[in-house]
Amino acid sequence: MTDESHARPNRWKRFSDWDERPLRLDKFAAEDAASGFSAFKSPFDPKPGFSIGAGVVASMDGIASRDFDMIDFFIARYHLDPEIAPEAMAMPSLEVARMLVDMNVPRTALVRLAHGMTPAKLAEVVSHLSSLEIAFAYSKMRARQTPGNQAHVTNAKDDPLQMAADAATAVAFGFDEIETTMRVARNSWSNAVACAVGAAVGRWGTLFQCSSEEAEELKIGMAGFTSYAETVSVYGTEKSFVDGDDTPWSKAFLAAAYASRGIKMRCTSGAGSELLMGFHDRKSLLYLEARCLCLQRAMGAQGTQNGGIDGAPVTCTVPGGMRELMAENLIAVWLDLECASGNDARATESEIRVGAKILPYLIAGSDLICSGFGSILKYDNSFNASLLNGEELEDYLVLQRDFEADGGLTPVGETRVMELRARAVDAISAVLEELGLAKPTSDMKLSVIAASGSDETRTFSGRDVAMISEAIHARSITVIDVIKALAARGFADEAENLLKLVRLRVSGDYLQTSAVVRDGRIVSAVNNPNDYQGPGTGYRLSEERREEIVAIRDVLTRQEVLRVEATYRPAEVTRIAYRPVGPAAATRNAREVVIGISPAFGLKLFQTVAGHPLSAILRVLIAGITEGGCTARVVRMRHTADTSFLGLSAARLAGSGIGIGIQAKGTAVIHQKDRLPHNNLELFSNSPITKLEHYKRMGLNAAAYALGEMPEPVIVPTRGEAMGSRYHAKVSLIYAIETEMTSEGAEPEEIDVTFIGAAA
Amino acid sequence: MTGKPLTVADYPLAENRPDVVETKAGKTLDDITLEGVLSDRVTLQDLRITGRALRQQAEIATAAGRPTLAANFERGAELVDVPQDVIMRVYELLRPGRANSKDELIAVAKDLRETYGAEGVAAFIEEAADVYERRSLYKKRF
Repeated sequence: MTDESHARPNRWKRFSDWDERPLRLDKFAAEDAASGFSAFKSPFDPKPGFSIGAGVVASMDGIASRDFDMIDFFIARYHLDPEIAPEAMAMPSLEVARMLVDMNVPRTALVRLAHGMTPAKLAEVVSHLSSLEIAFAYSKMRARQTPGNQAHVTNAKDDPLQMAADAATAVAFGFDEIETTMRVARNSWSNAVACAVGAAVGRWGTLFQCSSEEAEELKIGMAGFTSYAETVSVYGTEKSFVDGDDTPWSKAFLAAAYASRGIKMRCTSGAGSELLMGFHDRKSLLYLEARCLCLQRAMGAQGTQNGGIDGAPVTCTVPGGMRELMAENLIAVWLDLECASGNDARATESEIRVGAKILPYLIAGSDLICSGFGSILKYDNSFNASLLNGEELEDYLVLQRDFEADGGLTPVGETRVMELRARAVDAISAVLEELGLAKPTSDMKLSVIAASGSDETRTFSGRDVAMISEAIHARSITVIDVIKALAARGFADEAENLLKLVRLRVSGDYLQTSAVVRDGRIVSAVNNPNDYQGPGTGYRLSEERREEIVAIRDVLTRQEVLRVEATYRPAEVTRIAYRPVGPAAATRNAREVVIGISPAFGLKLFQTVAGHPLSAILRVLIAGITEGGCTARVVRMRHTADTSFLGLSAARLAGSGIGIGIQAKGTAVIHQKDRLPHNNLELFSNSPITKLEHYKRMGLNAAAYALGEMPEPVIVPTRGEAMGSRYHAKVSLIYAIETEMTSEGAEPEEIDVTFIGAAA
Repeated sequence: MTGKPLTVADYPLAENRPDVVETKAGKTLDDITLEGVLSDRVTLQDLRITGRALRQQAEIATAAGRPTLAANFERGAELVDVPQDVIMRVYELLRPGRANSKDELIAVAKDLRETYGAEGVAAFIEEAADVYERRSLYKKRF
């Protein structure tokens, strides 16, 4: 061992940097099919297969009918169409995969073929598709044309006041469905009443679910508070199913029971659930999920909540996990099921992985893009944090705007949100009082209206909530009582809205595939079918919808930038006077440095992007040049506003051949007369972080160059800020003011600068 | 109901065919108003779906190419008048290990068929009874 190797560091420090990133909190699992850790393919997956005998399915995916487990039996009996299966199963999988991404093959033709395909066949077909192809096929195959979204509305205190305020808020942001659950099971009735009332504020039509124990959930539905359910979970192996305490028949019976009560219902399944339950049968995640989805269609569910769901995090630990989640969603819509496409349980700590995960869905659209966007803060989410949460809701609104994609949400202004929250809190308080359930104080209400999350509320205790909930249950309070209470206390609009929602049950229109309510009308796969057949078809943003999506808050406009600039003028005219003294000529003074200022400098624009008054900038530049042993002359350029040319033109006028070019926004350059325009001596391009001391040193260095010296270049240290995202919109608007003042061939003008009073 | 099955063009019924939508007590959608609720003319019973409405939705689902969804609506139609406690009891019995023998499920199917005329659901439960036997689901689970 040499001395040098002994001293050699043992780690590249970048790995230590990487260790500190949120990504490294995510743990990744090795691919291991035998342990169930394989996304698309396991050696234990069956080959697609199908045979028929005496009009019934004789074998499916390599299993003879006598050996069918419950899931095989149910799929063969109720999903597989024996008329279509021989044709569909005989088609090469690659050919079918190509049809899925062929815009000329109509969705209906592919849906028909899916009725004749086994789980292994469906899985094999979609396995041929890349992530991009899956997203495209998803966009083509999803059932309802208009995309939508679903929110979680919960809070850590199960506080009915906050529940109502947050439900109203979620409704205002445009969610088509809201789903609640509780920290304490017995609070389900209180949550249900509070969300139902909150969701009736502002508009009607948002469907509402209270996720609880099966029997309890059905009871709450029967009392009229909820309008849909999605807790009917199914699994891809028989042992998981039985451990989940159900069978395909018990779940199908429950599905029919929900229909009989006029309640919209979808099933839930997703990759990774069998893995978590310990009975994966060594099959790939996709194959097991294909079984779940065929089973759901067989049961007659109108839709599914799938795409990992609770198993999404474990699925995302394996190679291809996110692609698999997209693939299983594709199978769901190919089977003509409404798809609430996951993007639910937070599968990663990395914000980059979150953004990447959501993007395909945002641009492809989905019946419900998230099957639980956390509309509340992460710590208030009683389902656990979602992929996207209250914290990140604005990021999502901006993504919609960036990609001109309808993610189902609409920006809402601050005033409107406050009005709705206050109204919701007043409405639920009125109901609680009218029904003799509780008397919220003014302090409680005010704290809830303003609160971002339950940490900030002064509200009911856990015991209070439990008493409210148990009283609702014990007294058999129904939605009729709540409607009456609202009306009695002057909340006629909310009473009407709630009644309209319950009235949907009478015709049952909203039980059809992918049904939501938009502007008071049912929109589903029946009357709004996805008819995508290439550009110009399928879902397109209307002009009106586009306007809604782009209207995020705090958008810069030219008027606003000019208005703000104008406010700097009064102070600046007390500090500096610019007096034009005629056309500027070149001199022979070898100690002269020329400062070329831009057309609007000090005339229409008065401070740099960093916030330094232009008088201060000129003062330090001149001071630097003077201290460096040279003299400064100020010349206003009128033929250009470009930094390089400002500097070069200044240099050509200077007796020393050295010039400084500076724009009003603060971008500056040191130039020399014989250089190419963009090959300067020193460039100061990051004006937002350029400080007065840098401008001072710029002046000193310009003087040094003039004297033939080689100074240390000035470095403006950056920490990697996204300067462009922070400043470019404003800078572009400001710069346009400069370029408007230029004119071809206009001569440089010598300026006599007088500083008035002390430095700013 | 007329003999001609409803189609996709009739959907949504509340908008396009309010003439075929009525509650069990014969009220129309227009009768279900806030005023009606406040004067007790409209009760929770009027806000329930009917077997007829579910069969109508089954016709629409069939016309839209969704036979399995239609079958679920048909089963739902049979359960509309089945009381909640019976629904929950049947559901419970269909869960794994709840029934001790095939006979228990057969008895439930018979009751649904004879008491409520739920022929389709009864057949569905009988089928489950067979499969549960083959897959040994009657064994007690602890």
